[in-house]
Amino acid sequence: MASVTNTDSGDRGTASRFEHLDRFHGGLVLPGLHEMSTSLPISEAGIPPLLIIPLLQHIGETAECLVKAGEHVHKGQIIAAPKGRVSVPVHASSSGTVVAVEERPFPHPSGLSFPSVIIETDGRDEWDERRYTLPDYRQLSRVRLLDHIRAAGIVGLGGAGFPTQVKLSRDSDDRIELLVINGVECEPYISCDNMLLRERTREVIEGVRILQHILQPRDCVIAVEADMREAEAALRAAADSSINVISVPERYPSGGERQLIKLLTGREVPSQGFPSDMGIICQNVGTSAAVYRAIVRSHPLVSRIVTVTGGGVKQPRNLEVLIGTPFSYAVEASGGYKDDVDRLLMGGPMMGFAVSTDEVPVIKATNCILAVTREEMPPPEPPLPCIRCGKCTEVCPAELLPQQLYWYARSENLDAAQDYSLFDCIECGCCAYVCPSHIPLVQYYRHAKTEVWNNEKQRQASDIARERHRAHQERLERIKRERAERLARKKRAISGKDGARKDAKQAAIQAALDRVKKKKELEGITRRNVDNLTAEQAEKIREVDSRRQHKPPPGEH
Amino acid sequence: MKFDTYSSPHFPVAGGVAIMMQKVMLALIPGTACAVWLFGWGVLINILFAALTALAAEALVLKLRRRRIVASLLDGSALLTAVLLALALPPLTPWWIPVIGTLFAIVVAKQLYGGLGYNPFNPAMAGYVVLLISFPLELTQWTAPGNYPGLLDTLALAFTDAARTGIDLDALSTATPMDTIKTRLGLNETLGEIHSTVLFGYVGGRAWEWVNLGFLIGGLWLLQARVIQWQIPAGMLGGLFAMAVVFYLFNPDSYTSPAFHLFSGAAMLGAFFIATDPVSASTTPRGRLIYGAGIGILTYLIRTWGGYPDGVAFAVLLMNMAAPTIDHYTRPRVFGQP
Repeated sequence: MASVTNTDSGDRGTASRFEHLDRFHGGLVLPGLHEMSTSLPISEAGIPPLLIIPLLQHIGETAECLVKAGEHVHKGQIIAAPKGRVSVPVHASSSGTVVAVEERPFPHPSGLSFPSVIIETDGRDEWDERRYTLPDYRQLSRVRLLDHIRAAGIVGLGGAGFPTQVKLSRDSDDRIELLVINGVECEPYISCDNMLLRERTREVIEGVRILQHILQPRDCVIAVEADMREAEAALRAAADSSINVISVPERYPSGGERQLIKLLTGREVPSQGFPSDMGIICQNVGTSAAVYRAIVRSHPLVSRIVTVTGGGVKQPRNLEVLIGTPFSYAVEASGGYKDDVDRLLMGGPMMGFAVSTDEVPVIKATNCILAVTREEMPPPEPPLPCIRCGKCTEVCPAELLPQQLYWYARSENLDAAQDYSLFDCIECGCCAYVCPSHIPLVQYYRHAKTEVWNNEKQRQASDIARERHRAHQERLERIKRERAERLARKKRAISGKDGARKDAKQAAIQAALDRVKKKKELEGITRRNVDNLTAEQAEKIREVDSRRQHKPPPGEH
Repeated sequence: MKFDTYSSPHFPVAGGVAIMMQKVMLALIPGTACAVWLFGWGVLINILFAALTALAAEALVLKLRRRRIVASLLDGSALLTAVLLALALPPLTPWWIPVIGTLFAIVVAKQLYGGLGYNPFNPAMAGYVVLLISFPLELTQWTAPGNYPGLLDTLALAFTDAARTGIDLDALSTATPMDTIKTRLGLNETLGEIHSTVLFGYVGGRAWEWVNLGFLIGGLWLLQARVIQWQIPAGMLGGLFAMAVVFYLFNPDSYTSPAFHLFSGAAMLGAFFIATDPVSASTTPRGRLIYGAGIGILTYLIRTWGGYPDGVAFAVLLMNMAAPTIDHYTRPRVFGQP
């Protein structure tokens, strides 16, 4: 069950299925500049004295640190455990001693710091002995393979860093129509996927076979850009008939997931949806190689290929870099900076971001370290007002109206911006590139998106607060009500007892009154003929009276 | 090592507003050259007065608004407004005509609304319409093609009363072909009779057809250089042409031919240079087609039944008003949305 059968694709043969490419709107033909870094083969950057390994290198939840300062770690040892579903573990990239777990500068547009494990390497690069070994993947279940992919810390290496295992998991039993292995390196300068395909073709292809085994897709395509001729030839030589090698024209951003799927299938990934909604899974070629290494060689993701290039680097090239290696070390391994270096980027010139220091580490998503001179990329010119020329609309691959979006983003009219599909913007930068007014459009869109997210968060927070307040009020009400009820009950209970006591009292009073009355009645009996009594008679009366007095009153027996 | 950070994309941006404006001015050269050749030095003198006024007025207002003066003047937008307005004026006008028109265009129609990028109306056309309404006599006296005074006499005419220069202005000036058609049709003449006069050339008005051809060539170059997009010119010329075809087929004696409409008056200048002012135009691709067609249709309506011989300026201003609404209803379908 290793390869995929095409018995049910009776409509068209696999070979012809992807020959006719569709088009996507807009985009740009940019100078490639890839060849700058392809003259030398991939080499290892080496082991830096210090590794800075951030606990969050993927989209999702931060991994939970498992090591403390002073602890010795082996290469490949898990130093942070995944937390939650969308998370992956983090491994030590080399052996050494943990010297600190602290916040360190992180490669991110905002220049923020992030909790990282700092390892002082011992240079021995010793692997963790407890490393797993797997039997032939063909004997393993989907679930086990996915577990291993997660355990190996694999995330999308194309730049987004989304956990691969999550992307490969499926909720429904619907068949995967198409597995796209994306080798379309459309951003200028970058060549790491190209070099990987040229030098490690077998790893990529084997990785694709594992992915095919997991997903059982109806079709599988490896796409490369038209100028990657050597890579294409190598792939064609290595691929079996179940894998279509397709070359797409050089047009930025044809390597974007949505654009590539449109090119290959003519179908559009629904806005706010995912390719998997259409039965399509897209994986980067580097991810495929990483899957191969994890499943077949039992190597977790501890290194990646990074293009170190630009006019500010002495020897632009591709390096296999340990995750956590500082940019400065990788640049040193490429001959160091030229004197006129002016700007340092992670990623390409269109979607990459500038970093303020080269002390940031290479993370799983670092495909390129780009050091450029002022001549290559002069500082931006002061922006002029938008003249609504519409050049941005012409090049927008998401088919938005960037000029209208800009208007609303700038005036912080976030509802209108969302109405103009702000969140369909892929931030490819085509609009800003062609803008004659030099407006940093992408920056405005990013800002607007962040504002919307913040508002959403605030709204959620205030919703929660309101809900809490309501619950609190309700609780207070309930407590009050209950207390009142309890009180009333008690009162009733008390008043019930009181009543009995009162009755007794009243009865006693009544009885006393009755007695008095009786007594009075008795006393009230007029004695007749007692005027001339003898002593004897008087004595008798007294006797009777006293007897009568000592007699208990009626009703008190 | 520390670095400065900037927002993506980092690639140097090609082109700019100033370069766009320069290209538009370059594209105006063939049509302007034809106009100078056929209508005389007055065309250039108008451009000069308008340009100087525009730069001075723009600088003054920018200073009052405390904005960057040099950078804004260098974007070329004020200069382009001035040139477009000047090209719409009769060659032998007093100096204050281009000055007043440009002042209104720059100060009121452009800067009072917030300057470049914020004006809802095409400034050149706003300035032109103010002149047309305020000084109808000066705005309709055109020189007869090929019959114009020398440079110095033209300058003299711009600054002094015609009587004092000793030049017989009446002998030089004449009504435009479009004006003539309007007047004569009103006198119940047929187009056949009117066309036999010296005012008419091969397809359009005499001389005017060459000026229009010049602007057409410049406009096509702008399209090819991707400074403008095809929708507005195609929409406007298409709308004008369609209207003209319908009425011409209906009665060729009372309605001028489609070719005449396309090659007379400000048709080509309007289609490629005026209606395409992006700031005041519609901005969606479909919207631009509708916007252009609207201008074409309105131009025809005004030319045929309106009170003015040509209608491009009014048509543009009217469609400027409609542009936001058009944009609202012509939003393109977003990738991945139904």
